[in-house]
Amino acid sequence: MQDLTKDILELVRRTSTDLPADVEKKLRESYAQEADGSAAQGALDTILQNVELARKNSTPICQDTGTPLFYVHYPEGMSTRKLKKMITDAVVEATKHNYLRPNSVNAITGKNTGNNSGDEHYPTIHFEEVDEDQPLTIDLMLKGGGCENVGIQYKLPNTNLGAGRDLAGVRKVVLDAVHQAQGKGCAPGVLGVAVGGDRGASYLASKETLLRQIGDENANPELDAMEKQITEEANGMGIGPMGFGGKTTVLDTKIKGLHRLPASYFVSVSYMCWAYRRRKMTVQNGEVIYE
Amino acid sequence: MKKLTLPISDDEIRALKVGEPVLLSGVMMTGRDAVHKWLNDRFIAKKVEPSEDDLAVYEAIKPILNGGIIYHCGPVVGGVETGDYKFIAAGPTTSIREEPYQADVMKLFNLKGVIGKGGMGPKTLQGCQDTPAVYFHAIGGAASLIAQRVEKVLGVHKLDFGVPEAMWVIQVKDFPVVVTMDSHGGSQHAIVEEESKAVLEDLLQK
Repeated sequence: MQDLTKDILELVRRTSTDLPADVEKKLRESYAQEADGSAAQGALDTILQNVELARKNSTPICQDTGTPLFYVHYPEGMSTRKLKKMITDAVVEATKHNYLRPNSVNAITGKNTGNNSGDEHYPTIHFEEVDEDQPLTIDLMLKGGGCENVGIQYKLPNTNLGAGRDLAGVRKVVLDAVHQAQGKGCAPGVLGVAVGGDRGASYLASKETLLRQIGDENANPELDAMEKQITEEANGMGIGPMGFGGKTTVLDTKIKGLHRLPASYFVSVSYMCWAYRRRKMTVQNGEVIYE
Repeated sequence: MKKLTLPISDDEIRALKVGEPVLLSGVMMTGRDAVHKWLNDRFIAKKVEPSEDDLAVYEAIKPILNGGIIYHCGPVVGGVETGDYKFIAAGPTTSIREEPYQADVMKLFNLKGVIGKGGMGPKTLQGCQDTPAVYFHAIGGAASLIAQRVEKVLGVHKLDFGVPEAMWVIQVKDFPVVVTMDSHGGSQHAIVEEESKAVLEDLLQK
């Protein structure tokens, strides 16, 4: 099997240091919308300068290089154990190169492993098998702790918010989540929302929705309309970049519906900071392509 | 833009108001979750008897923090293996986690401010008025840019806390911040929280 450790290291470097084009474009549009000379526009100006600098110098966009979340689609017959080894080795190597901060702390002893080695859940790797003739793809998302901390899970109905078990209820709790987050998750953020599932599946799916592109359309027209409505209403709250006040609080909203038990109705909100770091690599016939 | 050099005087702090952008220069120290808990448990709540090393570190940081600033930051640092340290990425971390400790830490050292992101709560706002001190907001995620304003890493304490949690003593030049909580009870965060709450209440009725 082809050794991809160096290629995965390059994926990590690109993800940590080079903000995707769709995110940067949206941030530039937001900058243009904020009032000239406002604190909101100043914050976005600094953000955009930083994005350019990080790309130029190949240094992390944000010092919190986050939880490394890998989503691997592997052709039938490929060893997931070997892939896992390559990924974990690449993560350790990336830490030596300072593309990643040593971010893995043993929760019981408090000790930082110093090199981002962890356990069976860190780094997080999701495997999904595809047909033998399909390429291997690896998506990487780096999700910082500040935005992860403002993520929240609701169970409906929620009496305090007047939220019932329907999309109208989903809208209410998601708006509440944005209000609770204020600037603490490094606004402007992107909302990944999952409706249904058990608690675990629901959070998992809320993160997977963040693999979508900014400004794309949800295949479900009802959810698409809800995504646009939530983004617009959230921006109406005026929290603004960094919580300074302003027009840009949420860059986009992504919603996914899951199946659920009759008894449970979870709504999980994963908040992604403006430093929305995700990259993809594709390997076919030995050739590696980065998107 | 206003420029301040550390150590900062009480008069300079009292003159700062919410919304004011400032460029900071001088020597400051990073400190986040582990540091605040360590300070609290050993020197404020005194739940744990400080070790000799704890006492030595405490004495070493006192002069830096008297009139000084703690920066809520867990940096990416180059040269950890050689000791030839360099800040590579160093944006602010979310400050609210230090809310239980911050006001006490301000008083303990005569801190003139903390730098972080996301703002802090009523206890810290009161601490800002009493000490006096202010909350300086840096731009979250602007890590490569801020690292360039760190001229020199002068030293590190408690590296065994891990790179992000250690106390890094740094010399900065024109570090860009905005005052979002002042020493007169003003808080931009409280204002935005309240105004956005009113909009949310309306939206929930729809």
